[in-house]
Amino acid sequence: MPRTIDESFLSLPLRQLADAALARARALGADHADFRLERVRSATWVLRDARPAGAEDTTDTGYAVRVVHGGSWGFAAGVDMTMDGAARVAAQAVAMAKLSAKIIAAAGSDERVELAPEPAYGERTWISSYRTNPFDIPDGDKTGLLTEWSERLLAADGVSHVDARLWAVQENKFYADTAGTVTTQQRVRVLPELTATAVDTESGRFDSLRTLAPPAGRGWEYLTGTGWDWDAELAAIPELLAAKMAAPSVEAGTYDLVVDPSNLFLTIHESIGHATELDRALGYEAAFAGTSFATFDQLGTLTYGSEIMNVTGDRTVEHGLATIGWDDEGVRTQSWDLVKDGTLVGYQMDRRIARRQGFERSNGCAFADSAAHVPLQRMANVSLQPAPGGPDTEELIAGVDRGIYVVGDGSWSIDMQRYNFQFTGQRFFRIEKGRLAGQLRDVAYQATTTDFWGSMEAVGGPQTYVLGGSFMCGKAQPGQVAAVSHGCPSALFRGVNILNTTQESGR
Amino acid sequence: MSVRRSNAPHEIVERALELSRADATVVIAEEDSTANLRWAANALTTNGVTRGRRVTVIAVVGASSGVVSRTAVTVEELEPLVRAAEEAARQSPSAEDARPLIEGVPASPDFTAPPVETSSDVFMDFAPALGETFARARAEGRELFGFASHAVVSTYLGTSSGLRLRYDQPAGSVELNAKSPDRARSSYVTVPTDDFRDVDPAALDADVATRLRWAERRIDLPAGRYQTLLPPTSVADLLIYQHWTADARNAHEGRTVFSKPGGGTRVGERLTALPLTLYSDPAAAGVETAPFTVARSSADFFAPATSVFDNGQPLARADWIEDGVLRRLPTTRHTAELTGLPGAPLADNLVLEGGGPGSLAEMVAATERGLLITSLWYIREVDPKTLLVTGLTRDGVYLVENGEVTGVVNNFRFNESPVDILGRATEAGRTERCRSREWGDFFSRTAMPALRVPEFNMSSVSPGV
Repeated sequence: MPRTIDESFLSLPLRQLADAALARARALGADHADFRLERVRSATWVLRDARPAGAEDTTDTGYAVRVVHGGSWGFAAGVDMTMDGAARVAAQAVAMAKLSAKIIAAAGSDERVELAPEPAYGERTWISSYRTNPFDIPDGDKTGLLTEWSERLLAADGVSHVDARLWAVQENKFYADTAGTVTTQQRVRVLPELTATAVDTESGRFDSLRTLAPPAGRGWEYLTGTGWDWDAELAAIPELLAAKMAAPSVEAGTYDLVVDPSNLFLTIHESIGHATELDRALGYEAAFAGTSFATFDQLGTLTYGSEIMNVTGDRTVEHGLATIGWDDEGVRTQSWDLVKDGTLVGYQMDRRIARRQGFERSNGCAFADSAAHVPLQRMANVSLQPAPGGPDTEELIAGVDRGIYVVGDGSWSIDMQRYNFQFTGQRFFRIEKGRLAGQLRDVAYQATTTDFWGSMEAVGGPQTYVLGGSFMCGKAQPGQVAAVSHGCPSALFRGVNILNTTQESGR
Repeated sequence: MSVRRSNAPHEIVERALELSRADATVVIAEEDSTANLRWAANALTTNGVTRGRRVTVIAVVGASSGVVSRTAVTVEELEPLVRAAEEAARQSPSAEDARPLIEGVPASPDFTAPPVETSSDVFMDFAPALGETFARARAEGRELFGFASHAVVSTYLGTSSGLRLRYDQPAGSVELNAKSPDRARSSYVTVPTDDFRDVDPAALDADVATRLRWAERRIDLPAGRYQTLLPPTSVADLLIYQHWTADARNAHEGRTVFSKPGGGTRVGERLTALPLTLYSDPAAAGVETAPFTVARSSADFFAPATSVFDNGQPLARADWIEDGVLRRLPTTRHTAELTGLPGAPLADNLVLEGGGPGSLAEMVAATERGLLITSLWYIREVDPKTLLVTGLTRDGVYLVENGEVTGVVNNFRFNESPVDILGRATEAGRTERCRSREWGDFFSRTAMPALRVPEFNMSSVSPGV
């Protein structure tokens, strides 16, 4: 189905504001200037036990001017949609660059901002891959579908409560720079999520199960059968929840793990995605998100994991949440290797970092979540590659004598250098002699990144591969959120430390 | 003759209310301005100033509500926004939390006054002092990383029931992280500020430099349970999260740590033997916040106890824990009725009081052997039944022996419950204004004491620095 950029976005004075801002920046002596006008519409519909519990629909529109002036960055953002207003914001950006230069001079630093080269592309348009814009669907249809799904779950024995949430985003970006690249882009993404909770009032025990459907760079069709089988997932939840409530508590110790893509995507995000951001590795996030154990001096030599580990960065994959045509520095997006045969071979970077570290070109990872924020080095879709002709999940399980099959993401936490992590999940199945033997509860796995990836003995074939992801990856100051996908197959890890979370709480 | 309206926020509110054809309407106009500086390795990396406006229209049709927000709205663009909210309300089934809008709150005397703004001028004295601090750090062999931020939000709230309320909220903070040149040692401090007049970069740098010196002696300790001194910033990290998960309705339904086996909630139960009081109060000195409810959603991601129908509800002091006993859980008007608990709307600050007069330094001096934590990081919920959370220590865990810091210890991953920590704490110090490292961007107004916690569960060693 042919898609077009939203006419109401195109009707904004995009070129006029850009021309006014860039001309003013040039006149004030900027060596480089870029203008970005963004409109992000983000809406949620929330139901509690099949009744509306809140909805909101927010459209955030604004523009930003970023300059390199006298070797320093300057950034300013505004909302006044007049030529004078845009020129004023450009002047503020130059003023901020001058303020930076003063501080840098006072510090005795000789650090200057320089950008890696990138061709000028002229005028380009890019639209993400979706069939039906969720904002073209009446709100009543959206809440109607969530109500019907919630009622299905509530009708089942043992389900005490159902929480439902649908989140939809339409993102429009217009970008123009003094080199001559002008891009107009549109992305759509959706995140439907249902959680069923069982409560045993007498004992005070309760537990829940959330749907496994990942957020996707798709439209309304994702809720009506394209890309996910909702009927099958909703039908399975009540029985799985009852089994989880009745499951024995895990015995802490060392287990082999078969990790489902619905869980492994988040481990990849935390232990590989953030760790291979070059700005982090160099210290630019040190005070906030942290640095990385994968320091730049280890590029090409660091053993990240076992030899079957191959990880790519990619901003081009269809339906990916971090997929786009051009980044926020006018760089055409790409795909590349991060880990090859278990060795660190690449990073994610923006134009400044690429130039600073001697790369010929940025790999297109500069991104801001709104016009109010400066573009920063942001995660691509970081994915673990399946083994061509590799096993399916049952075959991986068959190779385990005593272990746990981990499904769905739960709690996640990792240290500021991306070594020590702890993850939980939605469902844990005991594996005995190659077969599933019922669920377990109170399970968390804890490891350090290189130990964990070094223990990966087998990765599944393409038939097990799922493109999972997150809607809200946080980074930087001021804080920004971004959506990012991670594809992976099922995989087998030997000898992983399993905690009992009830015992961890001292009970 | 029609009167041409300006884009003044109070006029935006009035015009949107005039345009409304809904049964009831709430309009929230927020004007915000920000300024920030960010640095790494003794040099500025990014900076910025922003101006923004968000207008939220909440239309009520029958018992249904529609909530639509837009930024950068001018008075001429209000009608489509109002109609969109009305259409959203018409398409929505009845809202459970529907109640008549709040009435009878006296208008704010400054409702028609222009918004308060910040700009890069707020850093007029701070910025040059920061540059000098970079130079000194460079000369003394330390790298500085950090962030300074200032924001002002002026909120104008008008309703078809006659409310005209306004509040100006400043929020600022500085974070300063120092590292040794080999990046094997790291120290950190964060402070809140309203206007940067009370922030001295040189003093902050001296503080982190002292802590880097403490770290010149390294002691490796295994995972285990240790007596631990939690500074106010870490107590804020834990209690903010506890507060967000304390929703009365969820507890009443049996699905939080505050649910009572057999039904009902744990309100009335003693949580700690210490005479600690945890409260919110819009007038609390140093952490003042809006004295009325501002709710742009009935389904807030962080704080479930919100209702758009409660907009403008006056806020007073609410004691959540009083002398160690759980007294209230956050409610909306709707969930107060549903649970039978007293009405207790959320305010945007949190204070823990009732400890002794001692500072953290005095608590260190009174410690025979224990760990002194600088800050906690990446805190995430592991088990809602116990409110077990996990996270990591960061930028300095120090060993205290015989009342003195004797060296730096490796970092740890912890698994602990804030509720259990309150229950096990044996000493609380002097309450001071502080900023949560983990949640300070979302919940910035806290005042907490340091806590002494025996048997703090350091679950594993974290090799990160």
